[in-house]
Formats: sequence, C-alpha cells, structure tokens
Amino acid sequence: MSDPILTLKNVHTDIAQYHILHGVDLEVPRGQVTMLLGRNGVGKTTTLRTVIGHWQARAGSVFFDGQDITALPTPARARAGIGFVPEDMGIFTDLTVEENMVLAASSAPLDPARLDWIFAAFPPLKTFWDSEAGNLSGGQKQMLSIARAMAEERKLYLIDEPTKGLAPAIVSTMARALKDLKNQGASILLVEQNFSVAKALGDSVAVMDDGKVIWTGAMAELAGSAELQDTLMGLSMEAH
Amino acid sequence: MTAAPDHTPTFAALTPMERLDKATPILMVPVLVVLGFLAIGSTSSWLTLTVSGLAMGMMIFIMASGLTLVFGLMDVINFGHGAFISVGAFVGVSVLVALSGWTGAASLMLNLAAILLAVIAAMSVTAVLGWGFERVIVRPVYGAHLKQILVTVGGLIVIEQLIHVVWGPSEIYINRPEMLQGAVTFAGAAIEKYRLLAVAVGLVLFVAMRLVLRRTKIGLIVRAGVENGEMVRALGYRLSLVFIGVFVAGSALAGLGGVMWGLYQEVITAGMGERMMILVFIVVIIGGLGSVEGAFIGALMVGLLQNYIAFLEPKLALISNIGLMTAILMWRPQGMLPVVKAK
Ligand SMILES: Nc1ncnc2c1ncn2[C@@H]1O[C@H](COP(=O)(O)OP(=O)(O)OP(=O)(O)O)[C@@H](O)[C@H]1O
Ligand SMILES: [Mg+2]
Repeated sequence: MSDPILTLKNVHTDIAQYHILHGVDLEVPRGQVTMLLGRNGVGKTTTLRTVIGHWQARAGSVFFDGQDITALPTPARARAGIGFVPEDMGIFTDLTVEENMVLAASSAPLDPARLDWIFAAFPPLKTFWDSEAGNLSGGQKQMLSIARAMAEERKLYLIDEPTKGLAPAIVSTMARALKDLKNQGASILLVEQNFSVAKALGDSVAVMDDGKVIWTGAMAELAGSAELQDTLMGLSMEAH
Repeated sequence: MTAAPDHTPTFAALTPMERLDKATPILMVPVLVVLGFLAIGSTSSWLTLTVSGLAMGMMIFIMASGLTLVFGLMDVINFGHGAFISVGAFVGVSVLVALSGWTGAASLMLNLAAILLAVIAAMSVTAVLGWGFERVIVRPVYGAHLKQILVTVGGLIVIEQLIHVVWGPSEIYINRPEMLQGAVTFAGAAIEKYRLLAVAVGLVLFVAMRLVLRRTKIGLIVRAGVENGEMVRALGYRLSLVFIGVFVAGSALAGLGGVMWGLYQEVITAGMGERMMILVFIVVIIGGLGSVEGAFIGALMVGLLQNYIAFLEPKLALISNIGLMTAILMWRPQGMLPVVKAK
C-alpha cells in the first residue's frame, strides 16, 4: 500500500474569530473515494477549504502527494494537482459554458477526447455549450461544476455535496460521473449527505463531529452497521 | 426512482419585458441622443454638442476602464488613479513641448507622431508609477476599504506635490498640434477636429478591450475573477499577478486619458486628475463595478448629458451627473450592468 495522496495532521482552522477545526486528522488513500461525512455544521466544508487553501490552517499540517502544502497559496495547490468543486459550485455565471470549461483546463488546452467523455456524462453541457452559464438550471450548473473539475486530470478531487438539492434522476447522473472519474484512477475526497450515493461510491469513510474526525474506516463497515451509522451520524442519517 | 427527462432541458423563454430590461442599458445612449435632439431643436447645435459629448465620454471612459476592473477584481478603491491622470498629462505635454517642431508643422503625420510619442511616454511613466503604487501603497491594505481610501488619497496628494516640485506650481498652457486645431464643418455644424480624434481613440480602445476580455484567456481570467476570484485561484491561476497586470494597464490608460484630456482643455494642472475622479467614479458606479461595457455606456451618458445640459440649462450642468447617478442607482442599485458577485 502506497502512501496516502492527502494527509491532514492535527489541523486547526479559524474563520475570523471562530475556532472551527479543532485538530483534524485525515488520510485520503490513492485511487480511492473517501467520504467525508457528518452532521451539518461540523466542519466538512471548512476542511476542504483548508486543503485547497481558501482558509489557512492556523496549526497542524497538510501533506499532498508527499509535499507539505500547508503554507502554499491556493493556485500553487491547484497546480500541484488538486481539483476543487465548492459547495456553492463556483460557476462563472457571466461566462458561457465553453468559457467555464476553457478556464477549467488551466495547464493545457481542453483535450477533445476528455471533452467527449464529459459530454457523454453530462449531455446538457453540449446542448448549452454556447450559453451563459448563469442561465443553466441548478442541476445543469452542478454538472458544469463537476465537469470543470474533470476538464483536466488532477491527482485529487475535493468535491463538496455534488448532489445537494438535485432531483433523483440527476443525482444518479452525478453518481455515474463520479464513478467514471474514480474508475479512471482518481483519488476523491467527497462530502455527500445522500447516504445511498455515499454507499455506492465510497471506499473509505471519515466521519466528522465538532471540528474533528471522530471515526475512520471502510465504507463497507459503516454501511453494514445501522448501529454505527446511528451513533456516528445520528441526525443527518435520519433526514434521509 | 423514476428517470426524469433531464437530458432534454430548455431555457425558459424570456418574455418581451425581460428582453427589454436586458437591452435597456445599451439603448440608453441612443435614447439620450434622440432626447437631446428633441430638446435642442437645432440640428447643427445638436450635432456639435453630441460629438463633443461623445468625445468627453470617450476620454472619461479611457480613465475609468482600468479603475472599474481594479474595483471588480480586488475590491480596491484607488483614489490614486487621479494622480496617474495628472502625471500622464504632464509627461505627455512635456514631450509635446520638446517636439514643438513636429507639433507646429502643418503635417498631420508629424502632429500625430508627436502625440503618439507623448502618449507612449505618458503611458510608460504611469505604468511604472502604477506598478510601484500597487506594491507600496495598495498591497498592504487589501480588504480594508477605509485604509484604502486613506492611503490612496495620501498617495494622490504626495504625487500632486511631486508634480509641483518637478514642473512648478502653476498651470501649463498648451496648444493642440497644428493640424488638430480648429473645426470641420459638417451639416452646418462646427465639429472640432480634436474631438473626432478623441472619439476614434476611445472607440478603438473599447473594441480592443472587449476583444481582449472576450477572446483571450487572460480576458477570461479577468472576467471570471471579477465574479469569483476565489474560484479562479482554485483553478490554478495566480490572480494576484493578473491583478497587478490590470492595475498597471489601468494606470497606463489613466496616463493616456490625462494626455488626451490635457490637449482637450489646452491647460494642465496637478489637480486635474483629482477633479476628473468625480466623473470617473460616477461612471464606474453607474456602469456597475467591474463592468467595462457598463463604464463605456456610463461614460458616454455622462459626457452627452453634461454637454446637452450645459447648453440647455447651464445652471444645472454641475449637478446633472449627480442627478444621473441618483436616477440610475434608484433604477438599478448595482449599476447598469452589474457583475454578479459570488461572495
Ligand atoms: N464564513 C464563515 N464565518 C463564520 N463562521 C463560519 C463561516 N463558514 C463556516 N462557518 C462556521 O463553521 C462551522 C463549520 O462550517 P462548515 O461549512 O465547514 O460545515 P459543514 O460540515 O460543511 O456543514 P454543512 O453540512 O451544513 O455544509 C459552522 O458552525 C459554520 O457556522
Ligand atoms: Mg458544507
């Protein structure tokens, strides 16, 4: 077993005067989908934002692909090979779908073969290629946000709630695309509240509570134990 | 789970009202020109005033175009921009004075060559000045508006004083180059030649900026960065470098605007840029922070309105632009072409 693609060691993050992450320890193995689960407000988004560098860790360290990136600025982390799909999707609404995708390929021009793969996963993006992204529906915007991450091969994808607020049919489209990405050998750290999606995609799991990772293990272990699900995630599972 | 037909989506069609609403800002300039015609009555006066309003608008646009992007990209309020206008004017005029052999010659080629050299000198100096200003004065106060206002006003005052030190305390009068003096007559209206040049320069700049913003990757980064800088950085682009580039380009354009405005007024003072900043800020605000198209439309409206009102009701000329700003902000609080902000 090779070293993990991403390792967080005792990471503390403050947002303004609030102490949000209280020492997160987390490992994301290579070539796997790691689910980051937990109730609302426990710090999942903050963890991802700390990894990409939108928030700076006050203490602790972040290692990516064998390199200490704790002090690197966000663009350097991205260029080192981290793709980020934020919770709010981060679509450039004034730009067309095409322009969003062109920007997403930041190190080389868009690869046509990759684009075909993306169109196959998300046909509406082909239909609306020349349209302003702001005019897309919520589901189509979510497709675009994932498609942007797929525009270029990255070593690690951080994806925050890709199925939030989507109709079931689009949820399955999304899940298929993520599975595709995984099958290409990508490492993914995925925040997902929809447990059936999480179960279908996840290899390993980290559960957060109150700014810390409180449990890690294999997805199979969590999925197989209703009791474990209950104690670890209580409220959030009941909601689904 | 049922499979919804999620792959054959369509956009909700825009209603005619929504279409009109989207197109309104672009239509406002021609509407203003027609209203001006109706109010003025005389074709020749209207034509003279319209060209003069467009010329003034183009020059304000040149000064405002960089500032609006600086606002939009980094949320930086820079009063120092006014100093770049003045410095540009002084550098440019110095070059024109040194080239008086060319500017006095009855050759359009030589005249334009002199202006071109003056513009290049002015833009180079203000570009370097802008680069230093960004590093020393603006960078330490990112994200803090009150401090930005204080330190950039401080920088403005210091640079104005330096102009006094270098060029002396009094205003400098300057003649336009030989072939750009006087007017041409068209349809009974006298149209100053220099104003036609100003309109041409403004148009070329606007088209060029649009091309860069729409057709180049740097342009895409700038437009995306105005909307959501965080995401642009997360895609791997060093937005801070792009911002410095935009700041330097904006400063150089302020220098260009300064030369053109100086030649338009035929007199330059250290405080000229500071005085222009009122109009420049009005244009940036009514256009929508971060929108080059908005600044263009806003600048033309400000220029036209100022000229029409000065003719129709001179007493109102001073407040006409404040009135315009108030009206537009009541209609669209974010300006005419607001850029959606992610945060
Ligand atoms: N910009 C901010 N300013 C202040 N507090 C914030 C900010 N962003 C997040 N927080 C706080 O940090 C805590 C963790 O938030 P975070 O968004 O990381 O949670 P989350 O696990 O992603 O929740 P959710 O499942 O609802 O998305 C919350 O208590 C939240 O209120
Ligand atoms: Mg979240």
